[in-house]
Amino acid sequence: MYSPAIVAEAVVNGLLTGSVYALVALGLTLVYGVLHIINFAHGALLSCAMFAVWAAHAGLGVDPYLAILPLTPLFFGLGYGLQRFVIGPASHGSDSNILLVTLGLSIAIENALLAAFRSDTRTLSTDYGFQSVEIGPLLVSKPRLIGFAAALAATLVLWLGLSRTDTGKAIRAVAKEKLGARLVGIDVEHVYAVTFGLGCACLAVAAGLLMPTFYVNPRVGNAFVLVAFTIVVLGGMGSIPGALVGALFVGVVESLSGLYFGDSLGQLGIFLIFILVLLARPTGLFGAKA
Amino acid sequence: MLVVDRVGKRFGGLVALSEVSLDVEPGSIVGLIGPNGAGKTTLFAIVAGFLAPTAGRVLFEGRDVTAAPPHERARLGIARTFQIVQPFAGLTVVENIAVGAHLRHARRAEALARAAEVARRVGLGAELDKPASALTVAGRKRLELARALATEPKLLLLDEVLAGLNPSEIRDMVPVIRAIRDEGVTVVMIEHVMQAVMDLCQRVCVLSQGRLIAEGAPAAVCAAPAVIEAYLGHGAADRFREGARA
Amino acid sequence: MTRRDFLGIALAVALLALVPLVVTANTVLNFLTLALIVALAAQGWNILGGFGGQFSFGHAAFFGTGAYATAILQTRLGVNAWAGFALGIAMGGLAGWVIGTLSFRSGLRGSYFALVTLAFAEVLRILANAAEVTGGAAGLLIRLDVRASNFQFTSRAAFFWVALALVGFALALTRAIERSRFGARLVAIRENEEAAQALGIDSIKVKLAAIALSGAVTAAAGCLYAQHFLFIDANIAYGTWISVEALLAPIIGGAGTTFGPLLGALALHGLGEAAKLFAGRVPGIDLALFGCVLVAAVAFAPDGLLGLARRTRARLARAEA
Repeated sequence: MYSPAIVAEAVVNGLLTGSVYALVALGLTLVYGVLHIINFAHGALLSCAMFAVWAAHAGLGVDPYLAILPLTPLFFGLGYGLQRFVIGPASHGSDSNILLVTLGLSIAIENALLAAFRSDTRTLSTDYGFQSVEIGPLLVSKPRLIGFAAALAATLVLWLGLSRTDTGKAIRAVAKEKLGARLVGIDVEHVYAVTFGLGCACLAVAAGLLMPTFYVNPRVGNAFVLVAFTIVVLGGMGSIPGALVGALFVGVVESLSGLYFGDSLGQLGIFLIFILVLLARPTGLFGAKA
Repeated sequence: MLVVDRVGKRFGGLVALSEVSLDVEPGSIVGLIGPNGAGKTTLFAIVAGFLAPTAGRVLFEGRDVTAAPPHERARLGIARTFQIVQPFAGLTVVENIAVGAHLRHARRAEALARAAEVARRVGLGAELDKPASALTVAGRKRLELARALATEPKLLLLDEVLAGLNPSEIRDMVPVIRAIRDEGVTVVMIEHVMQAVMDLCQRVCVLSQGRLIAEGAPAAVCAAPAVIEAYLGHGAADRFREGARA
Repeated sequence: MTRRDFLGIALAVALLALVPLVVTANTVLNFLTLALIVALAAQGWNILGGFGGQFSFGHAAFFGTGAYATAILQTRLGVNAWAGFALGIAMGGLAGWVIGTLSFRSGLRGSYFALVTLAFAEVLRILANAAEVTGGAAGLLIRLDVRASNFQFTSRAAFFWVALALVGFALALTRAIERSRFGARLVAIRENEEAAQALGIDSIKVKLAAIALSGAVTAAAGCLYAQHFLFIDANIAYGTWISVEALLAPIIGGAGTTFGPLLGALALHGLGEAAKLFAGRVPGIDLALFGCVLVAAVAFAPDGLLGLARRTRARLARAEA
């Protein structure tokens, strides 16, 4: 039906998209693994980050890749603040409350963006936006290739940070055993906030990598985050390698379904996988017990 | 009434229960004792239907219930209390108990009336409209007991219903449990409060490290060397005997 | 169940029924009718979420199913509007039963259940947006044919009263559930599912009944919406806006109570209108406010306005004693 070259290109494109999905999914899986909450506000925060990148470019002419540098710590701070001063206190520790609070934040942020930027879809154009690179017989978009490399690098940095640094160890300790961590003097509220901050920082990086080739509107984060949910559920709640593998897999699946079934139904494939995995093994293929 | 037939349970590599067999006569009070981690609550969970055994069967009144879910076992007449009390925190005492009463009474007014009756039997008569979350530990234990009783069970599994109670509260609970047996309910109780076990139980089974190591009349069982060693460690039985001689 | 239980409901409904006699401005009546439609959808959510404790983030799945069912039956099959309405409700109940069977039998609870309901709603939205039978992205228009037998009325007040009647019916249904064995079991499951099972409650069966009822009631709201506005598309019928409002209204008003959803819907929509007045016709301002209200509600009034009222009354009573 389709020539092998076209299919191969779809697969490669899927991998490239998947790498950025991985960054989005990482934030989600990290927050789940440590705080044991499903952050429903993740999508809105991604939209926020993408608008920030767009605004930096439209208003100040900052290149999206460069924008990652100031935005990452900014979003880290935003995430830290949200968890420490809003989500944590508001939920009084109850699971169903946390669910509602993150949902509330998601609605508030998304609609605030709607009010500020209206629903128009916006893009930004850069010199390298349409450049491509030859890899064998395939033509691959340059910014997306850069995005792939950068996303993998960021994942590696995060992984190393979690396993080598003291903060990383504290985070892993809290994820495993909150009470025990508290007893050895770890400030659990601080660790929670740091983790949430890291999740948002991942979103800032993902936003910078996405904007050269993608568009933004207030709802765009939702589309990404539902894919991210699928990835996290597939790869395992709390598992970083799972998120990476799952993301690449989902990227390829989405690309191939878009090829064979057309764009409007491409997303459908992902949701159906999502529902199937939730019904069969909610803790995912690599994940810990729910 | 209850036959536990060579029940075994493993969690991955951990063997929680191995070849446990028990026979509970109707109308008796049987004690299930043993050091912590022996598998007593696991056995209860298997009998009540919350855990599936990896080996063996559970028979209730001659019927194989090994695969039956918890709610079905409750309907057949097996009721249990939980070691860590689980009240319906948002409801009042009488509403809590009524949930149990609804198993046998469909109409709300009837269920509430029966619940009030059961509450009075266990000593919660004065606190019917109190929110369950406002009860003391002793109160919650009674609530747990009342809720299970309201289902009009034939077999009642009590998991450390006396734990956390002070001596006078224990003194008050013991006759309540005896009265329950006198009304025809068979009781199996996991307990650490030895005085109550000696007082109430006709038979005692001792579980240690997943195995049944002794069975019989309370006095005999508590003096058995194997049982002493299970609680106090290897060689303790001999040390006791030597101490007694000296 | 005594007659006293339903007296409060009858009173509230009677009072609200007087409103169109006092207020004649169409814009206000439209606003109130929409609030009642949302209240009805919220009452559906409340049965599963408020009483049963199973939070659905995708109740649009039922709203949209009701709306599309009645619209498709009327426009493509020429079915009478009232019959379409009844069938739409039945479809909503069926959808509830299907989603419930898939989710509850797989043991999904809490966040996982919320996630899967979200996914189901999204799947339906994507399908409705693409399929021909639902009119695709263009949506469906119900032909204007104003006759009472066609479930279309000339006066806005008539729609208001129909919506009110349905809300009243749902209030009575909720009260009946509250006072029944089914309700006691549902609430027990919400508080502690395992303990409930130990007391002989077949939790899956009870939850299935709850989600089917919930779906039916919310589908009724969807049908009503379709009849009132005569136009639906995938984003209206299966959009997140209704999933959010159907959840928010009971939480704000008091989840697990009979009047909570109605109170919450009126409060929310009042708040939304006030926000629009101050901030102008900026799209999204009302929902952004709703999001903040949700966070504030959870932080300061987790049992909603009714819970707040109850606690204040108790505090005043203690102060006097």
